[in-house]
Amino acid sequence: MSERSDGPADANLPDDVDAPDTEDLEPEADDSAVEEAAKRVPRGVPLKVEGLRKEFGGITAVDGATFSVEEASLTGLIGPNGAGKSTTFNCITGVHEPTAGTVQFRGEDITGERPHAIANRGLVRTFQIARELDEMTVLENLMLAPGHQRGESITRSVLPGLRGDVVRQESELREDAWETLEFFEIDHLAGEYAGNLSGGQRKLLELARALMTDPEMMLLDEAFAGVNPTLEEKLLDRIHDLREQEDLTFLLVEHDMDLIMENCEHVIVMHQGRVLDEGTPEEIKANEDVVEAYLGGEV
Amino acid sequence: MSAVDDARGVLERVFAPDAVKVFAMFAGIWLLFYWFGNQLGYTDPFILALVRRVTFLSAVYALAVLALNIQWGYAGLFNIGVAGFMAVGAYGTAMLSGSPGGSPPGLGLPLPLGVLGGVLAATVIGLVAALPALRLKADYLAIVTVAISEIIRITFNSPAFANVTGGASGFDNLPTNPVRTLLLTEPGSIISDPTPLGQPIFSLATEYGIQRLTVVNTVYTVGTLVVLLGVYLLLERIGRSPFGRVLKAIREDEVATRSLGKDTQNFKVRAFGLGCGLMGLAGILWYAMGPRASIVPVNFRPELTFYIFIALIIGGSGSNTGSILGGALFASLLFEAPPRIAAIIGDRFDVAADPANLVEALAPVVEGDLMPLAGFLLNNIDTLRFIGMGVLLILLVQRRPEGLLGARKETASAVSLADDTRPGTAPERPTAAADGGGDGDE
Repeated sequence: MSERSDGPADANLPDDVDAPDTEDLEPEADDSAVEEAAKRVPRGVPLKVEGLRKEFGGITAVDGATFSVEEASLTGLIGPNGAGKSTTFNCITGVHEPTAGTVQFRGEDITGERPHAIANRGLVRTFQIARELDEMTVLENLMLAPGHQRGESITRSVLPGLRGDVVRQESELREDAWETLEFFEIDHLAGEYAGNLSGGQRKLLELARALMTDPEMMLLDEAFAGVNPTLEEKLLDRIHDLREQEDLTFLLVEHDMDLIMENCEHVIVMHQGRVLDEGTPEEIKANEDVVEAYLGGEV
Repeated sequence: MSAVDDARGVLERVFAPDAVKVFAMFAGIWLLFYWFGNQLGYTDPFILALVRRVTFLSAVYALAVLALNIQWGYAGLFNIGVAGFMAVGAYGTAMLSGSPGGSPPGLGLPLPLGVLGGVLAATVIGLVAALPALRLKADYLAIVTVAISEIIRITFNSPAFANVTGGASGFDNLPTNPVRTLLLTEPGSIISDPTPLGQPIFSLATEYGIQRLTVVNTVYTVGTLVVLLGVYLLLERIGRSPFGRVLKAIREDEVATRSLGKDTQNFKVRAFGLGCGLMGLAGILWYAMGPRASIVPVNFRPELTFYIFIALIIGGSGSNTGSILGGALFASLLFEAPPRIAAIIGDRFDVAADPANLVEALAPVVEGDLMPLAGFLLNNIDTLRFIGMGVLLILLVQRRPEGLLGARKETASAVSLADDTRPGTAPERPTAAADGGGDGDE
């Protein structure tokens, strides 16, 4: 989806030849997707977290968490409130600097790097509360995301000889943006200000915008909170599509246990700042400690 | 009813282009001051001088407001040290291009170099101030900038550096007004022979009884308007580019922008430097040369910063066209108009009463004598307009915080983002392509 037709080769072709993308994305049953993915040979481990520790004053929010995420997988990170999921997320994405431990992405140590640097490595996150840029239109939100745009330089945006280049790249980005909007089926909202979208539409937009950065791995922080069931289905379908077609890796933080169990092939359970267990949904379901952690030790 | 609506629709369409809005506003200001001059019994050359004066002040205010708009309106950077950066620009140019023989001595560099140096100096001081402060929260930037601006003014004011800066009496050794260099063989003397370029202009002016000084100032004012147009076009281009888009995103939500891989720190520093450089330019055109040339530390008190903020709020923060409207309306209606109105009223109604204080002014009101109060108000119009500004600011913030044009949301993009730009919507595509290509030089 991020392939750009650059070069003059197609310049003399009529515009519409390649236009209609008729190849429909067939909606697959969730179960079969999980099975299929489970059969797949693992191709690498893009994200490795080792001994991650984060203290706020006297409180230890994350206490030596160690886990890894496999390439092109859909991995779920669950745990009761206060388990340290969000802090772990923030440590991975550079919002917080870990007190101890390391985060590796594609074999490189990214511990303590600044958020934008980590995003530029292809590790992009979304937020629990969708952070739309309200006074920008949906299309503008998407155009913002791609990295290293030529027009981000003042001189290039201004000087007559160089601006042509900027304009050319902008129209390419615009095409990508339209394509992405169509993929998420929010193209009818392109001209709408993000501030006017409903909660669910914001979540779709946030995912679409993150995708425009051309990431290798996405961290989704409660992407489904407050989303109605129809839209949740749609979001999940898109995530499965992306994983299948683009080999994108997903790490989901989620409260909804059922959603994780039905969709992820690998689940990490955190409790009191540590990784309590990890494995396939079946293995997790069989673990009594997990049940106990969730129900507060009453069972 | 529908006739009114129709008329309204027509008016809205006519005033839709920004050029029309700005031109209509200037035309309105000119007409108003022509009328003022008429009422005060001025001769035509005097009226021209009055209109020229208002236009110049409007233009330099608009320039400073535009510079602030890139920082506050686009990127949300709260810079309350505008006056300081204007001072750096003006002093910088004067020090570089003042004559070496004058007092305090300048370096005698050619004026274009001096202007460039002044702008660069303002940019560099801006960056030095901003680099540590931009890492912190917005409030700290505000505190740091207002402090820097006062440090700059007090340094220029200090007797310790008087042999370089002129101290409290200011930098007297100003560079030569470029218009004089252009029009006169001896720029220092207004009565010297005109240059070949100046010859036709001066002789035309003489026919209408316009003095040479008015001619020089008018040409300078036109030049300032040209610079204003240039800066406006520059900032419009920047606004409609990926750079402007990132600034807008930072204003909306910096954390989200960072999470998309934008080095927001870097963007903020560049926007801040650009804004400070343009403030320096405004300071140069305003104070280092031209009709209001006077470089004295008291010119650069924090009030100046607040005037520019008020003007930006009037015009609508975030809109470049709004910045020009706000700057010009502030300078003309709030600054220049009240004294003229007072003069006209004083002329017409022969208000002779001149009470010494408010009590003497108010006491006779009880007896039905309004004259002392009227006289008091007229005599204190300079002070009263500040009350007026305060009231206006409160009303604006309550009733219309987005200002005149700030409500208008402009898309930040170098190409059109309209619905018809969707690939595959075949009939519209050629238009979209032309729209995109027309802007660049392909």
